[in-house]
Amino acid sequence: MYDFDLVIPTSVDEASTAMKADGAQALGGGQTLLPTMKQRLAAPETLVKLSGLSELVGVNAASGTLSIGGATTHGQVADEASAYPALAALAGNIGDPAVRNRGTIGGSIANNDPAACYPAGVLGSGATVVTNTREISADDYFVDLFETALEEGEIVTGVNFPIPDAANYQKFDQPASRFALVGVFVAKFGDTVRVAVTGASNGGVFRWSEAEAALNANFSADALEGLAVDAGDLISDLHGSAEYRAHLVGVLTRRAVQACS
Amino acid sequence: MPKITMNINGRETSTEVENRTLLSTALRENLYLTGTHIGCDTSQCGACVVHVNGKAVKSCSVFAAELDGATVDTIEGQANADGSLNVIQQAFQDHHGLQCGFCTPGMVMSAAELLKVNPKPSEAEIRDYLEGNICRCTGYQGIVNAIMAASGQDVPSIAAE
Repeated sequence: MYDFDLVIPTSVDEASTAMKADGAQALGGGQTLLPTMKQRLAAPETLVKLSGLSELVGVNAASGTLSIGGATTHGQVADEASAYPALAALAGNIGDPAVRNRGTIGGSIANNDPAACYPAGVLGSGATVVTNTREISADDYFVDLFETALEEGEIVTGVNFPIPDAANYQKFDQPASRFALVGVFVAKFGDTVRVAVTGASNGGVFRWSEAEAALNANFSADALEGLAVDAGDLISDLHGSAEYRAHLVGVLTRRAVQACS
Repeated sequence: MPKITMNINGRETSTEVENRTLLSTALRENLYLTGTHIGCDTSQCGACVVHVNGKAVKSCSVFAAELDGATVDTIEGQANADGSLNVIQQAFQDHHGLQCGFCTPGMVMSAAELLKVNPKPSEAEIRDYLEGNICRCTGYQGIVNAIMAASGQDVPSIAAE
């Protein structure tokens, strides 16, 4: 890989300043960025290390909200997010144990891989992404494939999750990459249900609004009978056709609803 | 080039690295700790697993320059003080947990972390924990048996015996 300048800040303020440099790129756990740099698909001039900044690390639950610092590893979320078991389970099944010891929630959602698990949890929960400059609702945050609402130099400092009455994440593993071939996150807040789908769409994570409407009226797997996502917009690759993924979305959504009740 | 100091296998060790130097490269090429293997170099195979501050990580996916002041444990530090194999290593030998041995350092380091967080894992838990460690020789059964044995549990007998 090409060499770069490495900045190791001691505070978010210092990190924010360093991120203003041309060609600066935040470095979380590096579990995606390093392989990408090795392939020279990315060649940042400056890396600003965020992992290890204590003000960005932590899992705290208070008054119905679970707050996770941007540089918190998947492993720590899996161990400590007991106030939101569906999210803890999601974090505990990302990649493999060594990846979970390095990879961070901020890194995952800043990258917005179309097959990553966290985007489904964040969008499915209707969480709020907190940055060093503002707060962004999940519905506005995920824009497209590997694209988010983050501006140049903006740092994900944390994510605030409203804790639902019931939630479940169903992941159909792609066993070689350990990403989701398809993953569906269902969360129920009172009479409102959110369904977020990852791994399936060419545009990245999305809400399945027809399923949400059906589940709002009747929160049961039967309510999803006859509903299907349009395969025309879905990913088709050697691991699965668009039609196969569309089928999986239905199956996993039903399983997630069943697991909620 | 930045100079970094790490506690490696209980010894303060300093070395100069480029910012882009991976921990796996620093261990092998700067410090001649060649027990840590580089298999895929894309964080898939787990042959390069070491412990950083007590946690298993893939050393091919961490910059050494990030680790000034860190504690790093590698396969070279796993043997008992008298040089004999530790309980996990001995179990790998006893239960044919290796054939070519390329994946073994990573397998042993991952197994060590597993037994630290879960001293009596079930077979399913062992297989799940080794998800990020790939072996192309053994079919995994010998590895799973070794970890069962290392945790003081009965090893399933071989069906075809």
